[in-house]
Amino acid sequence: MQTTSPTTPALDATAIKADFPILNQPAPAGKPPLVFLDSAASSQKPTVVIEALDTYYREYNANIHRGVYHLSEVATSAYEATRRKVQRFLNARRPRECVFVRNATEALNLVARSWGGANLGEGDLVVFTAMEHHSNIVPWQIIAEEKGARLGFVRVTADGQLDLDSFDALMAQGPKVVAMTHVSNSLGTVNPVKELTAKAHAAGAVVVIDAAQSAPHMAIDVQDLDCDFLALSGHKMLGPMGAGVLYGKHELLDAMPPYMGGGSMIRKVTLEKTTWADAPSKFEAGTPAVGDVVAFGVALDYLTGLGLDNVWAHEHDLVTYALTRLAEVPDLALHGPGADVARAGVVSFSLGEVHPHDVAAILDERNVAIRAGHHCCQPLMQALGLPATSRASFYLYNTRDDVDRLVDGLMDVRRVFHLG
Amino acid sequence: MSMGFGGDSIYREIILEHYQHPRNRGTLDPADFTYEDTNPLCGDELRIDVRVQDGHVSEIKFSGRGCAVSQASASILTEMVEGKSLDEVKAIGKDELLDEIGIPVSPARLKCALLGLKVLKAGVYGVDHANETLEDV
Repeated sequence: MQTTSPTTPALDATAIKADFPILNQPAPAGKPPLVFLDSAASSQKPTVVIEALDTYYREYNANIHRGVYHLSEVATSAYEATRRKVQRFLNARRPRECVFVRNATEALNLVARSWGGANLGEGDLVVFTAMEHHSNIVPWQIIAEEKGARLGFVRVTADGQLDLDSFDALMAQGPKVVAMTHVSNSLGTVNPVKELTAKAHAAGAVVVIDAAQSAPHMAIDVQDLDCDFLALSGHKMLGPMGAGVLYGKHELLDAMPPYMGGGSMIRKVTLEKTTWADAPSKFEAGTPAVGDVVAFGVALDYLTGLGLDNVWAHEHDLVTYALTRLAEVPDLALHGPGADVARAGVVSFSLGEVHPHDVAAILDERNVAIRAGHHCCQPLMQALGLPATSRASFYLYNTRDDVDRLVDGLMDVRRVFHLG
Repeated sequence: MSMGFGGDSIYREIILEHYQHPRNRGTLDPADFTYEDTNPLCGDELRIDVRVQDGHVSEIKFSGRGCAVSQASASILTEMVEGKSLDEVKAIGKDELLDEIGIPVSPARLKCALLGLKVLKAGVYGVDHANETLEDV
């Protein structure tokens, strides 16, 4: 690793970038190196994670929790070791509060289906916010429809923050459950989830936090937040696609019915009746993505080795720099909170009347990868009156040079569309 | 300019010209047939209204919003089919439209470039048949 830092003192992103093979591939002829600004969709993976997958399949691939032979014991032990890493990462009380799932979407569906199925009834109020990703909206709509529950929505202000008055008004109606995102995947808004959790608890609600966009970037302490459930996706935090986590307080998980039936989740099966294993096994039916989980553990080691506070400080520096540079681009409108509030490394913007897909396509010709569209947040886009936006998102391997390449590309978009 | 456009850029004059100066933009009321559809990937929306006289397209208008590729290709398409018989419109394939656009379209943008044709075909044939004839669009 290099020792000089061209960007910030928190992290040496240039040296970190060297750990990510995909960011160091030769660029196609005539193009500059790849600038990847879509980590909010999925992060890239460092060599240690890719090698952990390779080692798993070469050296100890076997099904877990069953075999009495050596390979199965090694695989089981590596899988369960990752559960303890997750417990420490989130500061959960017990490893068994951490259930492995595919991703945050599956975690949220599990809670809505299992907890919601057992606890929601006719007329009960289910609250979520207008800035949720579809994965924290649709599962609640499905279960509410099935149970005859009502839906309540926390409004979003014009600058992309939760409208706390509308939150309080909903709490006064005594909701059964409050589901909210920690960080907006579209706007980078950081919601005050600890305070809101306390208010929701005071109103008698169970609290579900979507941490898909926060867990990769900041330290999370579920005991401090006191949330009841929390969902994250490993693939957004340097891990493989296929490993994610549902955290749940053990007393809640223990009382919940299974989500899927199958192997591993049983205590005793007869032809007529089955009794369930304890959590987390109760929620891990079938063969899990053992290799992905093990490699996710290596990703957690990589992140904690750098320090989540350093990751956050680095991204804060980048997003502050990006907001300043983007403000220099004529006709560019920034959406979401300004630089004056704590915000994550996600920047949504519009460039004049140019459609976001055209912006992204022209940037792609310059080997700058950004996201364009509704970001799986159609209700948020409707609330803000935007058909779609362009979105750049940053992670620990991005540098100020990457922001400069984005801004240069946007100036080219202006020229292509004759914006002067 | 930080770098030149590669030979792969779809943002050449034909697209920009039709995007910024669209032909036949608007709606027809009444129309002999109207159809609209969206491209859920990018949120492109497109509607085409057609008036038919003696089995030929006498007037055609398109409206909607979306990326330059979807809107410009719809504009190009309306010029292609003006005055054509409905049988000739039915015979237009995606290659003909892509030839008219004259720029290589990457797989990612093909749905944008062909949205207008999909909408027009759905209008001419009825929805089900359009999906049969353009199922790979």
